[in-house]
Formats: sequence, structure tokens, C-alpha cells
Amino acid sequence: MIVFFDTGKAAEHAVEAPGKIVVAVEHTSGGMPQLDFSTFPSQIFWLAIAFVLLYLALDRYLIPRIGGAIEERKDRIADDLDMAARKKAEADAAMLAYDKNLADARAKASFIAAENRAALDEQLAKETATQEAELDKSAAKAEKQIAKARAEAMKHVEEIALDVAADMVTALGNIKTDPKKLQKALDTARAGSAAL
Amino acid sequence: MDPLHQFNIERYGEFHLFGVDLSFTNSSFFALLAVALVVGFLGFGSRKRALVPGRMQSLTELFYEFVAQMVRSTMGQEGFKFFPLIFSIFAFVLTSNLLGMFPYFFTVTSHIAVTGALSLMVISVVVIYGFLKHGFKFFKLFAPSGLPLALYFVIVPIEIISFLARPFSLAIRLFANMMAGHALMKVFASFVIMLGSAGAFSVLAILPFLTNTAVVGLEFLIAFLQAYVFALLSCIYLSDVSAEHIGH
Repeated sequence: MIVFFDTGKAAEHAVEAPGKIVVAVEHTSGGMPQLDFSTFPSQIFWLAIAFVLLYLALDRYLIPRIGGAIEERKDRIADDLDMAARKKAEADAAMLAYDKNLADARAKASFIAAENRAALDEQLAKETATQEAELDKSAAKAEKQIAKARAEAMKHVEEIALDVAADMVTALGNIKTDPKKLQKALDTARAGSAAL
Repeated sequence: MDPLHQFNIERYGEFHLFGVDLSFTNSSFFALLAVALVVGFLGFGSRKRALVPGRMQSLTELFYEFVAQMVRSTMGQEGFKFFPLIFSIFAFVLTSNLLGMFPYFFTVTSHIAVTGALSLMVISVVVIYGFLKHGFKFFKLFAPSGLPLALYFVIVPIEIISFLARPFSLAIRLFANMMAGHALMKVFASFVIMLGSAGAFSVLAILPFLTNTAVVGLEFLIAFLQAYVFALLSCIYLSDVSAEHIGH
């Protein structure tokens, strides 16, 4: 005797009915297991349990945790960016102040330099003038001395000439004469030529 | 080799409540497994809450941002109260779909009971929230303002039918995709075995084998895509009623 049974039930039937040839065939209820409505309540019941568990875990626990970490990071990055922007503004301001200071210092320096140069020029001019005046003075003094020396020298020249002339007259004409007479004669002659 | 055998519900433990069969089955097991995997993955990944995320934390945040972006782009900041719901739907459907890709694993979402329950839940939230927020103006959903009067006789029935079709299309799209894909994989796998044991023609077994390899790849895509579509459509249906003014 051959008996056909579902796979699942074949074994127990084999035990129940020894001596029979038991052939296990796959359960073919005809059609899709999806349309076996007797399984629907169980499927939906357990789906509901699973889904509610998942929803609660996500809603209460996991989403705040993951979302919180993401939010924290976003805030942190935004804060850091703000801070960076602030620091940049500060740096820019400092740079501006530095530039301004530098320009001020430059202007001041060139002003001081110009002032110094003017003062120096003034002093130089003053000193030059003093020196020149002094030089002029000493030059005049020297010229006067030279003139005096020259006059003296000229006078001596006349005296020497007269002496020489007297000596020459004495030597040539054996006439005794002296420079004083010659002087008188010379003066007379000069007066005469002056009268002409 | 029945390609539909993989969809059989197998009872692991009998459990009856008020005469209703609520037995613990392979479907129950894999639904709970999916939940455990999602919670485990997200919980493990986010355990450190590091400022500079590691690999696991990056993955969880990628997952989170992906869903958040979906919610934001359809409903705006206003609809963010539905974020946990959409996140749960997407995570559950995606994990169930992917679990089904393991050989001998049961695909929870290949059953119309499950996808139908999920889609009815979404539509219920849409209807309840719509009534809570807009009262009887909710019905403006079927009668968009600013149309010539004559058009309303056409538009209103169309809108009502399309609204009523939503839970069905939502449920059947997911279930049919999962079922067809898994059946297809099974059919091609059967071909491999049949041809492989066909003596001289066993060389030909390479053909369904290669095809099945490609189908498996495609199924991974579909597993992700259908989860995404399910979640996205839920977002869009919710966005219809979460808007400040309905029927525009």
C-alpha cells in the first residue's frame, strides 16, 4: 500500500503506519501561499509587533541619537565658521590699523626729516655767513697790511733809489751830495712836472 | 521544485488568541530579525556619537540623511514629524527585502498580507492626519480648486478612484516585485540543476547559471529600489495632507 503525504507529516505517519510505503510529496495546496488567508492574522499580528518595536526604538532612542550627533556636528562647524569669520574680521581690522600706523609713522618721519633738513640748512647758512664774514674781515685786514707793506716798500724803494742816486752822483761827478738834497730836487722836479 | 515553496508560511510555534491563529512563523521570525538587525546596526553605529564619525557611524548617518533628505524634499521641514514613521518603513522594508536575498531565508515583504498591512497603515495615517489637520476640507483633496465647473464632474471621480487605488498599488507593487523576483531566481536555479543533470547537455547549465547571476544582481537593485519607492510614495501621500492648504 502506497500512501502520499505532505513532507512535514510523512515522517509521523511512517511511524504510525509501519508496513506501508510512505511517499513524501511537497505540499501543493494549489496556488500561491500568499493567498492562503488563514496565515494573514498571524502575519499581520507579528508584523505589527515588529513594526511597533522598530518604530519605538527609532523614535525614542536611535533617531535622537544619530540626529543629535549630526546636529551637534553642524552646530560645531557653524560655530567654528563663525569664529573663523570673527577672527578674520579681527585680523583685517588689525591689518588696517597696522597699515594706518605705518602710514602715520612714515608721514611723521618724513615731516621730521624735512624739519631737520630745514633746521640744518638754516644753521649751515648761518655758519657759512659767519665764516664768510670772518674771512672777509681777515681778507680786508690782510689787504690793508699788504697795502701798508707795499707803501712802506715803495718808500724804502725811493730811499734806496735816492741813496743809490746819491752814491752814483758822488762816484761819477765827484760832487758831494746827500740823499736829502736829491729828495728836495726830486720833489721840485715832481712839482714841476705836476705843474705842466 | 515548486518555485512558490519558498513563500510557504511555516509554523514554528502554535499560538492562538481568542480563537485566532497567531502562531509564530518564519514570517514572524524574519520580521523580528529585520527589526533586530536595523536596531543593532543603528545602535552599534551610533554608540560613540563622535564628532568625527568612524566607518559605522558614517554608515548610520548616511542612512539617516538619506531618509531625512527624502522626507525634507517631499514634505519640507513641516513634515518632519513623520520622519520616524518613514524611517521605520524604509528600514523595515529594505532589511526584509535584503534578508530575502539569502538562500533559504524567508522574504517577509513577498506576502500581500504584510505589504497590504503596511500600505493600509500609511493610508490610515494619511486619512487620520488629513482629517485632524484640515477637518472636512480634507475632501478638497478630491476637488482641486481653480478648475472650470464642468471639469469637476470628471476630475472628482478620477481623484477618488486614484486615492482609493493607492493602498492597493502600494501593497501590490512591493509584494509582486518581491515574489516575482524570488520566483524567477528559483526557476533559473532549477534550470541549472535540471540541465546540469542532463548528461551530455549538462554544459548548457552555464546559461541559466549566468542568467541567474545577473538576476541576483538585479534583485539586489530591486530590493533597494522597492523599499525606496515604498517610502517615497508614503512621503508623497503624506505630503498631500501635511501641506498648509489642501487641493492646490
